[in-house]
Amino acid sequence: MAGASTDTAIRTSAPVRVLIYLLLILFALFYLLPLFVMSINSVKPLGEITGGNMIALPTVWTLDPWRSAWSTAQIGVEPTGLKPYFMNSILMALPAVLLSTFFGALNGYVLTKWSFRGDKILFGLLLFSCFIPFQIVLIPMARLLGLMGLAGSTPGLVLVHFVYGIGFTTLYFRNYYAAFPTELVRAAQIDGAGFFRIFWRILLPSSGPIIAVSFIWQFTNIWNDFLFGASFADLDSMPMTVALNNLVSSSTGVKEYNVHFAGAIMAAAPTLLVYIVAGRYFVRGLMAGSVKG
Amino acid sequence: MATTHADADMRTRLQDWLPKIVLAPSVAATLIFVYGFILFTIYLSFTDSRMLPSYDWVGLKNYENLFKLSHWEIAITNLAVFAGLYIVICSVIGLTLAILLDQKIRGEGFLRPIYLYPMALSFIVTGTAWKWMLDPGIGLEHTMHAFGWESFAFDWIKNRDFAIYTVVLAAVWQSSGFTMAMFLAGLRGIDNEILKAAQMDGASNWSLYRRIILPQLRPAFLSAFVILSHLAIKSYDLVIALTGGGPGRATELPATFMYSYTFSRNQMGIGAASAVIMLMTVAAIMVPYLYAELKEKK
Amino acid sequence: MSFLKTLKISAALVALSAGGALANDVEVLHWWTSGGEAAALNVLKGDLETQSIGWQDMPVAGGGGEQAMTVLRARVTAGNAPTAVQMLGFDIQDWAAEGALANLNDVAAAEGWDAVVPAALQRFSKYDGAWVAAPVNVHSTNWVWANKAVLDANGIAVPETWDDFVAAVEKLAAAGVTPIAHGGQAWQDATIFDAVVMSTGGPDFYKAAFIDLDPAALGSETMKEAFDRMSFIRANVDSNFSGRDWNLATAMVINGEAGFQMMGDWAKGEFLNAGKVPGQDFLCFRFPGTQDQVTFNSDQFAMFDQGGVVSAEQAALATAIMSPSFQSAFNVVKGSVPARTDVPNDAFDDCGKKGMADLAAASASGNLFGSMAHGHANPASVKNAIYDVVTAHFNGEYDSETAVQELVTAVEIAQ
Repeated sequence: MAGASTDTAIRTSAPVRVLIYLLLILFALFYLLPLFVMSINSVKPLGEITGGNMIALPTVWTLDPWRSAWSTAQIGVEPTGLKPYFMNSILMALPAVLLSTFFGALNGYVLTKWSFRGDKILFGLLLFSCFIPFQIVLIPMARLLGLMGLAGSTPGLVLVHFVYGIGFTTLYFRNYYAAFPTELVRAAQIDGAGFFRIFWRILLPSSGPIIAVSFIWQFTNIWNDFLFGASFADLDSMPMTVALNNLVSSSTGVKEYNVHFAGAIMAAAPTLLVYIVAGRYFVRGLMAGSVKG
Repeated sequence: MATTHADADMRTRLQDWLPKIVLAPSVAATLIFVYGFILFTIYLSFTDSRMLPSYDWVGLKNYENLFKLSHWEIAITNLAVFAGLYIVICSVIGLTLAILLDQKIRGEGFLRPIYLYPMALSFIVTGTAWKWMLDPGIGLEHTMHAFGWESFAFDWIKNRDFAIYTVVLAAVWQSSGFTMAMFLAGLRGIDNEILKAAQMDGASNWSLYRRIILPQLRPAFLSAFVILSHLAIKSYDLVIALTGGGPGRATELPATFMYSYTFSRNQMGIGAASAVIMLMTVAAIMVPYLYAELKEKK
Repeated sequence: MSFLKTLKISAALVALSAGGALANDVEVLHWWTSGGEAAALNVLKGDLETQSIGWQDMPVAGGGGEQAMTVLRARVTAGNAPTAVQMLGFDIQDWAAEGALANLNDVAAAEGWDAVVPAALQRFSKYDGAWVAAPVNVHSTNWVWANKAVLDANGIAVPETWDDFVAAVEKLAAAGVTPIAHGGQAWQDATIFDAVVMSTGGPDFYKAAFIDLDPAALGSETMKEAFDRMSFIRANVDSNFSGRDWNLATAMVINGEAGFQMMGDWAKGEFLNAGKVPGQDFLCFRFPGTQDQVTFNSDQFAMFDQGGVVSAEQAALATAIMSPSFQSAFNVVKGSVPARTDVPNDAFDDCGKKGMADLAAASASGNLFGSMAHGHANPASVKNAIYDVVTAHFNGEYDSETAVQELVTAVEIAQ
C-alpha cells in the first residue's frame, strides 16, 4: 500500500473519524448490494425466484446453478456451459491489452519527450477518438475486416480492440510521462542513448503503476465488450460475454435467473480478480499519471 | 511494423524521424478506423440507406425526419439530464470518498476494491439485479415495507418522470468508485510539505482543502471528466438492461436511439444522421475544453 | 443492390484467404439458446450428422432476434455470411430483395412444400415466386393464459366476448386479485394491442390497418375504440407492470396472483416448467372476440447464396427442417405449432392440439394474419413506429384521441 510519504498530513479528531468510518462503510454496502442480490439468487432454486422471493436469502441452498452455468447450460445447440468460451476471451483480451498498452506507452513517450510541431493536435485527435459511438463503426469495420481476411477471427477482434483502446492508453501514458523528469532523458541523450534505448532502459522500468492502470482499464473494457464480440467473432472465437448473453437473453424461452446470475459472476471473475490483485497499483499508477499531467 | 523497421536504423539520421514513425501506426489506425468511419457515417446520413448502406443521395431528408421525431428530442434531453447529473454526482461522490479514504483509514486495502469492483461488471446481468432492487414490488420498497416502514415509497423506475434518475443511480454505482480512485491518486500526489507549512500558519482543514488541495487536483478532474463523459455518451447496455428505454420512451438515450434506428428499424440513414448530430455535440463541448486544458500545460 | 454486388467481389477474395467453414459444413446463425429451444435444435444437428454434414453453430441471442440480425449484417458486410440464418417475416423479404438468398425451388418442388405450408406463411417464405426460406414453426400470439383455480374461485367461465372479458376482469378486481398480469415492455404492449385491434375491428379492419397501412383505418373511430380498450387493460394491471419480463408476468398467473395474461404460445413452457397441466391448472384460449382468427409469427431458415446454386448441404438442411418428424419434435418443445399443416398431433398437449387445429382452420378460412407486434404485418420501421405510439399511450403519455392521430403520422413517417 501507499508508503508513509504519501499519507496525508491532514489531521482529524476522534468523533470526526467515527463519522468517516460510518460513511465509508455505508458506501461499501451500497456498492455491494447488487453483488449481494446476484450472489443470493445464484444459489437459489428457480422456483423460489419466480415465487417472488428475489431479495431474501434462499430457503434452500443449491450450487446447481453454478454447475449448470459452467458446464451444462445451453449456449448454442450443445449444452456446453460457459467453459469453452473462457479461453476465447483470454486469447482475445490479453494480446489486445498488451498491444494497446505497449503502443500507448510509446505514444506517451513520443508526445512528452520528443515533442514536435503539431503533437498536441495529434494527441487531441487520438483523445477525441475515445468518444466515437461503437454503433456507427460496426458496418464499416465489418467491411474492412472482411477485406483484410480477419472477419470472424480472434486476430480481427484484437485489432478492433487495439484500435479503440489506443486513445485511452495514450492519454494515461502521456500524463504519466509528463511528470517524468525530462532532464534524465536529455542526460541519457547526451550520453549517446538512442530513442528506444531511453524508452527501454529509463522510462519503461519506472512505468509499473501506469502499466497497471492501462492494463486494468483495457482489460475491463475488452473483457466486457459485447457488441464487437458478437459481430466479429465465429463460434470458435466467441468471447465469454457473447456466450453469457446467449445464456441470459433468450426471448421466448424459459428464463433460469439463478443460472444467469451464476454465469454473470463467473464471467466477471477475471476482471474482479484483476481489480483485487492489481487494485493497489491502480491508485498508485493513477497517482503518478493524472496528477502532474 | 515501424519498430522493427526503425530498429535497424537506430543510430542514423532517421533518429530524428523515429518519434514520428513510432507514432504513425496509432495515428494511421485512428485516422482510418475513427475519422474515416466518421466521414463514412456523415456520407450515409445523406443517403437513403435502410437495411444496408446505399449510395443514393437524398440530401437533408434524414435530418428533417430526425427532427420531426419526438423520440429524438426525448433522447437528447435525456442525455443532457443524464450526463450532467452523472458526471457531477460521480465527481462529488468520488471526491468525497477519496478525501475520506485519505484520512489514514484502516482497512483501506479492503474498502478500495469494494468501491472499484462495479466497474468490472457488465450490465448485461447487473442490470437485472438493479431492475429487481428498484422494482417496488420486489426490491427496496417491498423490503422496507416488510421491515414495517409502510409509508416508504420508491417507484422511480416505474414513473415516466423519474425513471431517468434510476439510470443515473445505477450508472453512478458503476463508476463513482473508479472516479474515487482517480481523485485518491491525485490526493496522494500532493506534496505534504506544503500542507505542513500551511498547518503551521494555522490554516484549518477546510481551508487547506479549498486553497491548496482542490486546485492541485485539476489534472485529476480532467481525467475524470474525459472518462465520465465518454461513459455517459456511450451508455447503452445500462439503459437496455435497466429499463429498455421505458417506461414508454422515457429513458431513451441517443446511443439507444441510434442503435434502434440503424439496426432494429432498418432506417440506417436516420441512424447515421443521429450519430452525426451526436458527434457534433460532443465535439462542440469537448474540443474547446481539450484545447484549453492542453494549451495551458506549458 | 450495388452495395452487395461490390461486396460479393470482396467476399470472393476473402473466401480464398479465410478458412471458414469446411466444404461440407453448414454454419447456422440463430437465437434459440434457451434450454428447450437449443435442445430441440440439436435434433436437427443430429439429423444432419447422420448425413455426415457438420453443424457450425453461431448462436446470438437478444431482442427476439434483433441482435442476430445486427450480427448478420456485419457478417454479410464482411463477406463472411453464414450458410443458413434463422429469420422472421420481413427480414426474409428484405434480404431476398438484396439478392442475398438462395432459391430453394428445387427442394420445395421435390417435397411439395406448396401444398402443406399455409399461404399466409408462404407470403414470407417466397420472394418473387421463389422459395427462399424454410419455415420451422408458427407461433400464434392471440392467446390468453389463465389460472384455472383463480377463475373457478371467482365463478368465471372462459370469456367469449370483450364484454365477458370486461365482466371477468371486474370480478377479479373486486375480489382483490390482479386481473391481468403484464410486463410493460413495448413488444408486450404491442402483443396485446394486436389482439385488441383484431377483436375490436375484426379481421378486415386488422388487415386494412396493419397490413395495408390504410390511413383511414389507422385514424378511424374503431382504432380509437381499440385504444380505449387498451386503457381498460392498463387500468387492470398491477402498478408494478412497467419493465417486467414476460415470464415474471407468467409466474404471477402460475402463482395465482393474477388471473389472465395475454401472451404468445411460448408462455406455455413456463407453465409446464412449473409442473402445471393444461386444462387442469391453467387454461389457454384465444383472446375474446378472436376465436376464429390466428395472428402469427413464424421462424424460418433462409439459405445464403453461396455462388448461385443451393449447395447440397443447404438442401439437406432445408429438407431436414421441413421433415414432419422434426417439425413435431421441435414444436412440442418450443410451444409453437408446426409450419406444415399435415403433421400428426399425437405428441402435442391439449393447448398444442388446439393451436394446430386453430391454425389449419384459420388458414382454410382466410383468417390467418401476420402479427404486427412480431413483425409479420409490416416492415420493422413501421412496426417500431406503431410500438412507439402504443407504448406511449399505454403509459399514459397520450389519450386515445391523440394516440390515433400520432399513429397515422408515425406510420406515414416510417414508410
